[in-house]
Amino acid sequence: MFQWFHRFGSAPYLYRLAGRLAPWLGGLCLLSLVAGLYLGLVVAPADYEQGDSYRIIYIHVPAAWMSMFVYVVMATSSAVFLIWRLKMADVVALASAPIGAAFTAVALITGSFWGKPMWGTWWIWDARLTSELLLLFLYLGYLALRGALETPQSAARAAAILAVVGVVNIPIIHYSVEWWNTLHQPATITKLDKPSMHISMLRPLLLMVLAFQLLYFYNLMIRTRTLILEKEGRARWVAELAGGERD
Amino acid sequence: MTPKRRQRLLLVGLMLGGVSVAVALGVNAFRQNIMLFHSPTDVVAGAVQPGQPFRVGGMVVEGSVSRSNEDLAVKFELTDHGETIPVSFVGILPDLFREGQGIVAMGALNDSGTFSATEVLAKHDENYMPPEVAEALEKAGKMPGTAATFGSKTVMQP
Repeated sequence: MFQWFHRFGSAPYLYRLAGRLAPWLGGLCLLSLVAGLYLGLVVAPADYEQGDSYRIIYIHVPAAWMSMFVYVVMATSSAVFLIWRLKMADVVALASAPIGAAFTAVALITGSFWGKPMWGTWWIWDARLTSELLLLFLYLGYLALRGALETPQSAARAAAILAVVGVVNIPIIHYSVEWWNTLHQPATITKLDKPSMHISMLRPLLLMVLAFQLLYFYNLMIRTRTLILEKEGRARWVAELAGGERD
Repeated sequence: MTPKRRQRLLLVGLMLGGVSVAVALGVNAFRQNIMLFHSPTDVVAGAVQPGQPFRVGGMVVEGSVSRSNEDLAVKFELTDHGETIPVSFVGILPDLFREGQGIVAMGALNDSGTFSATEVLAKHDENYMPPEVAEALEKAGKMPGTAATFGSKTVMQP
């Protein structure tokens, strides 16, 4: 366990691992994205009530799930950073933040596009929408805090505390539709009962969820590498790497 | 684990625990305000005064929708399968508005006990299916409606 921990804590090891994984993640992501979009937008049947408008679910739901998943990754690695002072955990958290913010923004914007024709409004201050907006502000606040403090160390620590504390919002987002009256509909898939979606529509959705998951990890690898180089720019192994790649 | 790390683990745990308790208490205190809408049962029970603006949510009663011949006025009844209240509205209804559909309306009660709405929003349920499947379910009488959603959720604690 500790050996594993130490290996991930080593910058050159993580740098090389991320470099090796990135092309595979990117390739698989592209494949599942193309297949999922084709199946979802072309093959899947229209909905009995919403017609073709429901197809935004193939972007909206994976983005919304990832907005929460990425936050949990960010909060967990921030906690690891706070407790074990593992620098690479902080790198993973920082690399995740803009990706998560993007997923959150996509979920909010696509939801708004669907809300106008279906509900009759772009936005409503119900518990689900408000808590998801709060998630976007948590991501942006995390990034702002990193830039606001003078020394990188204290910025990293303050932002990590914010990330850990903010994880309280995640169960609120998930259960908001059950705890309170909301305009947003309750969960279709993530419930103990069987999914309330026909299998012909569900399959492309699950494929899109996989694609978004891969998209996150692909971006995480790329961003982690960049951040490691930025952080370790003066280290000898980076100099060797730069020298070795010149020819 | 070194004592220092254990201490930091404890600190992070306590911090998270403390914030969770604080948020839980806060959210519980604002329960009424976070609720997007009242149910017809609440309204009949006198949860809101006439003239006070609020939202009401429920199902449009089958066969209750009557439209005016001259303007965009529409009247219908809203139910949560407990109580039913009359609603009047002038304006354009959302695409999903139909009898048996769940809706959320913003407005106020007038003196005669009718809810006069200024905005009507359709509440979509969590069911997605192709038209053929919906037809087959309808025939078999197994159509999952928004009834369950509204029935179980609209009863609010005082």
